[in-house]
Amino acid sequence: MKKIQILEERKEQIYLKGEQPFNMKCERHSIAGSVSQRACVFCGSRVVLYPIVDALHLVHGPIGCAAYTWDIRGALSSGPELHRLSFSTDLQEKNVIFGGEKKLYKALCELIDRYKPKAAFVYATCIIGIIGDDIDEVCRKVSKEKNIPVLSVHSEGFKGTKKDGYRAACTALASLVGTGTVDNIGKYSINILGDFNIAGETWMIKDYYRRMGVEVVATITGDGRIADIQKAHGARLNVVQCSGSMLPLAKMMEKEYGIPFIRVSYFGIEDMVEALNKVADFFGKKDICQRTYELTNSEICRLMPVLNQYKEKLKGKKAAIYVGGAFKAFSLIKALHYLGIKSVVVGSQTGNKEDYQRLKEMCGEGTIIVDDANPLELSRFIMEKDVDVFIGGVKERPLAYKLGIGYCDHNHQRQIALAGFDGMLNFAREVYASIMSPVWQFMPRRENRGEK
Amino acid sequence: MKTTENLYTATRNSCKLCAPLGASLVLRGIEEAMPFLHGSQGCSTYIRRYLINHFKEPVDIASSNFSEKEAIFGGKQNLISGLENICKQYQPKLIGVATTCLTETIGDDVDMILREFFLKHVSESLPEIVHISTPSYIGTHMDGFHAAVLAIVSAIARKEKKLKQIGIFPGLVSPADIRYLKELAADFDLGRVILPDYSETLDGGPWKEYQKIPQGGTTVEQIASLGDSLGIIELGHSLKTRKTAGAFLENDFSVPRFSLGLPIGIKLTDLFFNNLKKISGKEIPRKYRSARARLIDAYTDGHKYIFGKKVLVYGEEDLVIAVASFLFEIGAVPVFCATGAKTGTLKKVLPEIASAYGKEIIIREGYDFEQIGEESAKIGLDFMLGNSKGYYLARKMGVPLIRIGFPIHDRLGGQRILHLGYGGTQQLFDRILNAVIERKQETSPVGYSYM
Repeated sequence: MKKIQILEERKEQIYLKGEQPFNMKCERHSIAGSVSQRACVFCGSRVVLYPIVDALHLVHGPIGCAAYTWDIRGALSSGPELHRLSFSTDLQEKNVIFGGEKKLYKALCELIDRYKPKAAFVYATCIIGIIGDDIDEVCRKVSKEKNIPVLSVHSEGFKGTKKDGYRAACTALASLVGTGTVDNIGKYSINILGDFNIAGETWMIKDYYRRMGVEVVATITGDGRIADIQKAHGARLNVVQCSGSMLPLAKMMEKEYGIPFIRVSYFGIEDMVEALNKVADFFGKKDICQRTYELTNSEICRLMPVLNQYKEKLKGKKAAIYVGGAFKAFSLIKALHYLGIKSVVVGSQTGNKEDYQRLKEMCGEGTIIVDDANPLELSRFIMEKDVDVFIGGVKERPLAYKLGIGYCDHNHQRQIALAGFDGMLNFAREVYASIMSPVWQFMPRRENRGEK
Repeated sequence: MKTTENLYTATRNSCKLCAPLGASLVLRGIEEAMPFLHGSQGCSTYIRRYLINHFKEPVDIASSNFSEKEAIFGGKQNLISGLENICKQYQPKLIGVATTCLTETIGDDVDMILREFFLKHVSESLPEIVHISTPSYIGTHMDGFHAAVLAIVSAIARKEKKLKQIGIFPGLVSPADIRYLKELAADFDLGRVILPDYSETLDGGPWKEYQKIPQGGTTVEQIASLGDSLGIIELGHSLKTRKTAGAFLENDFSVPRFSLGLPIGIKLTDLFFNNLKKISGKEIPRKYRSARARLIDAYTDGHKYIFGKKVLVYGEEDLVIAVASFLFEIGAVPVFCATGAKTGTLKKVLPEIASAYGKEIIIREGYDFEQIGEESAKIGLDFMLGNSKGYYLARKMGVPLIRIGFPIHDRLGGQRILHLGYGGTQQLFDRILNAVIERKQETSPVGYSYM
């Protein structure tokens, strides 16, 4: 078979553990013509703000950007479901020529009258950056007339990478924080940042904190509410997951309101326990610490026997991981390790130098670490390493399946909770179900392994 | 029943997609071809995700990956290096460069850049490169689809010698439909060039080795031979008056053009078969006459269950028209027909079909799902026909949705739904009828065990 060639310009973004020196490049713009698995600035903003359920999300641009992000995340709401609708100004040729401000103004007013949102976000797409609509001015005007916050999100697709989109979203969020009253917020209070309530995960996490005796002020943005975000500055601590997307907001809040933040992950038993302990330690209150210990201890005792059963069956299997943010990869490596699975290919769309350094330290010899991969590279690596399961998003799924490899969706389209203690069980079950399925026996590529 | 048009400035839950998606889909139906979107990274990633969720197959679409620099100074360098990288990695035989709203607006002169690219690589063997203009602020994904077919055909087709073959431009149909058309041409002893043909590239088996570009698709040579065809059939009422690939072949190479509706239902399928008969000079094979007879038999067996049922049909214009025509002939009434497109085809074609059955129906163009839902909820529908994006309306209104067309994101096998011909109509009829019976059975206090 002809080996898949790696583009010369891409070679520095791929590292094989064991090679010297370690000098991986990252945080670059994707190479033209390579089929990057990344999306754009707009995508970054849109996914982060998407789970705010009582806000209007209006995409200013031609129809595509809104159509492809309609109901795109499995982010659940305990109340309104305005976030599941897709609104677009659907710009036409004449708007592109004469400007889209009037259409934006009219669209915003109509939608606000019809849906009575608590706030509105207006997303600028590529073309807005070119035709130069002054969306800030339109937002100011509508905000004044309708008496709700109307926030512009500068997410023109070409103005950087997905990470810049996160930043634009955080800027919009930061302008909401501090506008609500904080009178009734207690001393032992936190905000949950960077959990998006996929399949109800925020609810699970929130419940752990409740059981610990910690008050949750705002969940940003899972099952998010504008009023909660407005009073988020009343919390004493920001607990940040998915730090790639929410770190900018945590930093802004630290600077503005002196609220410290800690970085956590809720994926995998180890990181989940650590997250709760970090919060308990921060407050250092005896009964909180006691309750946290009881909670984590009883959950560990409940989970371990079940996980060990899975481990028995999964021991020695190999996994490939390709995710958006590298922080998630850290958790996945650990969670897979609990199941006896070795991670032999690990990559992310948006990791930075420190992230990759840490990945290098976590992984065994021979592991391939990759930044901003494309389908050809991923396929080559998963075949080379002969992996049993691929943990990734929807775009990676068919690569795995075509080549007879199991798959577990760890992206935002999924409908199964993978965070928290129950999430770890679900994760084990998902991975087990895919690896152990008898359907692989019919895959031609498996013949190479001597499996019939 | 009359309702008032539901007007809104914003589009809410769009019933259309953007032009580059259509062009990308066409390119995936050409052998060893790569779609290349000239614009930001997001366009290609979003479209890939959207297509993968329907076809459940890898869909590689390259991007020239604009940054702020290119948006200001032009994307020439990215376009050229992008083409070079695609050639290196994929070794394609054809690259389709589709321009997004970004590059259309900044005014990149793609044709000139392509000339420069060819000059730079004059001594190398290069793939065919076709520029397709797909600004997403004009029209819908179907405009991108037809623009791609036209651009590719007009760039590549030649006329040399008469071949015993037909050209078919089926429009956005399923891989199963394309396989049906291939079988049909063979049964009429005709060679065929179907463009696009993603019947294998987007609905194939597992791989022993990685395929950079999935096998299958219309070859560049076949496209070149289109000018030699006995006739061209293009499917879709909306194409009749447009400048299409079929019109191009008719004008430039005098290939007879047969512009027909999608063959769904007996009337439209009869018309389609009669034209095949005309082009091939061959009688309709017994296999199809039997299929037609079985279909009529099924119509009679089921007619009472479906008579007078009120149906919402939505999606691409050509699919809506063909399905509405089929519904009329089985006694159902497509009371509400809607599309996101605004070409005027629906309003031109549908009233004539409806009046032949003495019916008046509501026809809406440029509509989105919220408009469709709000207005059609007043009617009291019995069921809906369309892609899976209307599911939330079906759920809200408590009526069955029979999934057809593209996309089908919430079920397996969207690519294997057969819509066309007597065979496809048979499957649709059975599915519709059984959905109606199932609803009746479920809501019945008795739960009869016979139909």
